[in-house]
Amino acid sequence: MFHIYCPHCAEYREEEEFHAAGQAHIARPLDPEACSDKEWGEYMFFRKNPRGIHHELWVHAAGCRKFFNITRDTQSYEIKEVYKIGEKPSVVAE
Amino acid sequence: MTQQNRLQSGGRIDRSKPLTFTYNGKQYKGFQGDTLASAMLANGVNVVSRSFKYSRPRGIVAAGAEEPNAILQLGATEATQVPNVRATQQELFNGLVSQSTNGWPNVDTDVMSVLGKVGGKMMPPGFYYKTFMFPESLWNTYESLIRKAAGMGRSPLENDPDSYDHINQHCDVMIVGAGPAGLAAALAAARSGARVILADEQSEFGGSLLSTTEKLDGKPASEWVSAVTEELRSYEDVMLLPRSTVNGYHDHNFVTIHERCTDHLSDIAPVNQARQRLHKVRAKWVVLATGAHERPLVYSNNDVPGCMVSGAVSTYINRYGVVPGNELVVTTTNDYGYQSALDWHDAGRKVVAVVDTRANPAGERVDAARQRGINVITGSAVIDVQGSKRVSGVSVAPISADGNKVSGSVTKLNTDTVATSGGWSPVIHLSSHTGSRPIWNDEIVGFVPGPTVQKQLTAGGINGSYNTNSVLSEGLEAGLKAVAEVGLNAAEVVLPKAEDVKEGASMTLFHIPHLKPTSQAPKQFVDYQTDVTAAGIELACREGFESIEHVKRYTAMGFGTDQGKLGNINGMAVAAKALNKTIPETGTTIFRPNYTPITFGAIAGRNCGELFDPKRYSAMQMWHVERGAKFEDVGQWKRPWYFPQAGENMQQSLDRECLAVRDSVGILDASTLGKIDIQGRDAREFLGRIYSNAWAKLAVGKCRYGLMCGEDGMVFDDGVSACLGDNHFLMTTTTGGAARVLEWLELYHQTEWPELEVYFNTVTDHWSTLTISGPNSRKLLAELTDYDLSNDNFSFMDWKQIKVAGVPARVFRISFTGELTFEINVQANYGTHVWEKLFEAGAKYNLTPYGTETMHILRAEKGFIIAGQDTDGSVHPFDLGMGWCVSNKKPFSYVGKRGMNRQDCVRDNRKQMVGLKTKDPKVVIPEGAQAVLDPNEPIPMKMVGHVTSSYWSANLGHSIAMGFVKGGLDKMGETVYYPLVDGTVIEAEICSPIFLDPKGERQNV
Repeated sequence: MFHIYCPHCAEYREEEEFHAAGQAHIARPLDPEACSDKEWGEYMFFRKNPRGIHHELWVHAAGCRKFFNITRDTQSYEIKEVYKIGEKPSVVAE
Repeated sequence: MTQQNRLQSGGRIDRSKPLTFTYNGKQYKGFQGDTLASAMLANGVNVVSRSFKYSRPRGIVAAGAEEPNAILQLGATEATQVPNVRATQQELFNGLVSQSTNGWPNVDTDVMSVLGKVGGKMMPPGFYYKTFMFPESLWNTYESLIRKAAGMGRSPLENDPDSYDHINQHCDVMIVGAGPAGLAAALAAARSGARVILADEQSEFGGSLLSTTEKLDGKPASEWVSAVTEELRSYEDVMLLPRSTVNGYHDHNFVTIHERCTDHLSDIAPVNQARQRLHKVRAKWVVLATGAHERPLVYSNNDVPGCMVSGAVSTYINRYGVVPGNELVVTTTNDYGYQSALDWHDAGRKVVAVVDTRANPAGERVDAARQRGINVITGSAVIDVQGSKRVSGVSVAPISADGNKVSGSVTKLNTDTVATSGGWSPVIHLSSHTGSRPIWNDEIVGFVPGPTVQKQLTAGGINGSYNTNSVLSEGLEAGLKAVAEVGLNAAEVVLPKAEDVKEGASMTLFHIPHLKPTSQAPKQFVDYQTDVTAAGIELACREGFESIEHVKRYTAMGFGTDQGKLGNINGMAVAAKALNKTIPETGTTIFRPNYTPITFGAIAGRNCGELFDPKRYSAMQMWHVERGAKFEDVGQWKRPWYFPQAGENMQQSLDRECLAVRDSVGILDASTLGKIDIQGRDAREFLGRIYSNAWAKLAVGKCRYGLMCGEDGMVFDDGVSACLGDNHFLMTTTTGGAARVLEWLELYHQTEWPELEVYFNTVTDHWSTLTISGPNSRKLLAELTDYDLSNDNFSFMDWKQIKVAGVPARVFRISFTGELTFEINVQANYGTHVWEKLFEAGAKYNLTPYGTETMHILRAEKGFIIAGQDTDGSVHPFDLGMGWCVSNKKPFSYVGKRGMNRQDCVRDNRKQMVGLKTKDPKVVIPEGAQAVLDPNEPIPMKMVGHVTSSYWSANLGHSIAMGFVKGGLDKMGETVYYPLVDGTVIEAEICSPIFLDPKGERQNV
């Protein structure tokens, strides 16, 4: 059970208030019609599965309903940082 | 029965409080302060179980959580049955009823043991898999017989009468274990003002100090324990949890504690008390002071009742006043083993010999034994044991200096008890729970906790420190470190001094050699609970299992409810030797939660029965209940399914409800539909991006149906949205999809289009929705409002803010039945009022309440889809024949547009939604039936689609169905077949899914 700091509520809350919404920083192509099927398929379906540092989108579903990002170590489950949508991670994989 | 093994004095039991208990139907006596195990030993009970595989008699081996054999069934009544209780951890109470769990007809006389004796050699690891492999179809039969023979306790057949609690806790320092290290850590943290939780699995704090003869500052150790416990109790921010096993250490310093509140009092918890609690602790720092388990040596027949670990023998003598036999032989590799001989001797019973594998043991305890005249045999070991239901003697032989072979002739000694010590294994389980790999330490011959990312400190036995003074100071140090880490000033703590005992070096030895090679020697047990022998592990290694994880799975070592607390290290040592590797090279297995088994009751807490899952009701729930409605679960909602009248079966009710709606007027409670209030300057733009159809021109006062797709173009929800104002919309969603849709909207707004000014809020529960549908619905509504309801003033797909039955209402002229329909939305707490007013006025129109099933039939007659029933995430709007609901003119590439233009989405021969008319109009195709074009094709047949909705239509007088058929939209009039499991085949004609009123005239009047 993670202990997650919600950057919008500015408090630590139990994992059961949140859920993960997949890999962070997957931007919707600005002009979808210009994408080939392959490009669109990659946007929709292809995700990283790293051992180590991973940037994830989470939502405080049973709280403020806000989405935010978490940098998490998939091996140790350490949460390295949380940051708001639109911000860049400060901890990145080497 | 007399307690023949009970001492006249000594121990921490209260001899003035005798207790009566039952084991296997026989009554015994014990005292307050006993565990079930100590009371059984006091009464000379030898056999407590039959072993898992060979049905060998087994006795009590240990005195705590590591006990592998004394796993009993508890419970005086059927409802209070508890399986897998360790007798060594169960406190005795008056009237306790216990039972051994295996052995047939009983543990003393067990038929299966014949198999174990005869078949011993014929039952190597993998025996069951190798033997019962063929025929595969019979495995289930074999398995049930094998399981019965193995005997694992049973769950009760009646409901548990007790209640269980969950409690969330927070603290600065969580200390696990209240032995000397834990108490010292707690004292330091508490005095410094930290919020402390101190948990220990035993009934009293003190740990090893409760069963030692050691003195602290020259006084009995228990006096220091009492003083410290007393002081801790005086701090407001210190929570003391005895009888509380920390059974899991999870990520982010989350600790779960299983507290047994009343298990020591009675079979069933006293009134208004929870039997057990599960504490969920979020700790800033965790101090693990979990101690160590003594490791038995592996020698032939080391499982005969009477063979125990040495420290347990001391515990029974010193803490419980029980000497578990008359004569003792100790076999040891170290000085600690001598302690049981000293305690046994001092209790006045005969120590036959201490057999030490070391050639020249030198240490204070060795000297003490010699001073008492105890026969110390050096350079030797007990290599075999005689006896079946109790030890009758041992074979002692000299062994080589490396411990690998017997180097001299065998001497037989008579004894009824063997105490063994091969050193100690730190209790590293909790530190492993979070994924930390333990590290082998050659000096202490054991694994210690490895590096961790948790905020974890360790102290005492878990680090391999066994000297009381160092254990105390490690505890103090950990407590002070934790205090400093949480930002408090350290208080002063002066530790008591234990007498320093000079110890000789231990010998590293796990597996005692026999005259015969291991494979032919009498069984040398490594893991008692799963009947794994040294020969079995060697065989596994010979058969090619080189990883300890594979050896473990092949032999079942460590797979018992004790997780191999006693046997794992010995098993690794045997494997390492067989593989010619070191123990760290062989690797270690990882311990996982729970440390000891936990009841399902504690896991469930109050989240069972009525409270298992929240139930949601509409405001009219009581009315539905009073009218005898049958209910159906839709998400968490309880929705009326249908309203049977006296003497009706379900189909008759549905027929009546369906006819009433089309003939006159019916009413549906539609309050559960998801409702999302959407406001903001860009609300309209947002709707256009999220729905597949156009929203730019929807006027205030109008409603529109919309389809919502994923980026893959597949439909995932639908509903009607109304334009309440230029910047204000009300979106409805499916009942089950409401939360998902709201999050979907938030996701796109927050992550993709934050520049749009739009706000979402759920208003599902704010409104009661009363849907009146049928040709007489206008007349009915007119009786409750003065508003002009004429088609000219209030036309199809309009909504109006009017008063209904004196209450402000939003009325929507939308229709899911194809009939003239008014959907009346009122503030939820007016729902029942308006509902009842409608019925007062509706009697003359035969106003008929209908449920979800009739709603399903009526909409299917019109070919309307239900998202989630007729869609499954693999169909886009065109597959559903709903291309009319897709706009290609919108400037913004809305969600789903690009996806539904992918190559696979625009190919021919996709499965498409069609109507299905059965050749025999009376036959209703089962939903889920698979379509084929040739019913005579041999299996596997080529399947071209399936049925998603299928009903009997009373209005039409024939069955109707909707379903998918490959290329179905081009196959109108063609025949498809539905072969069923019973061998029959239903023939159906492909048709339009709109069975009734294709022009939509009925709803537009």
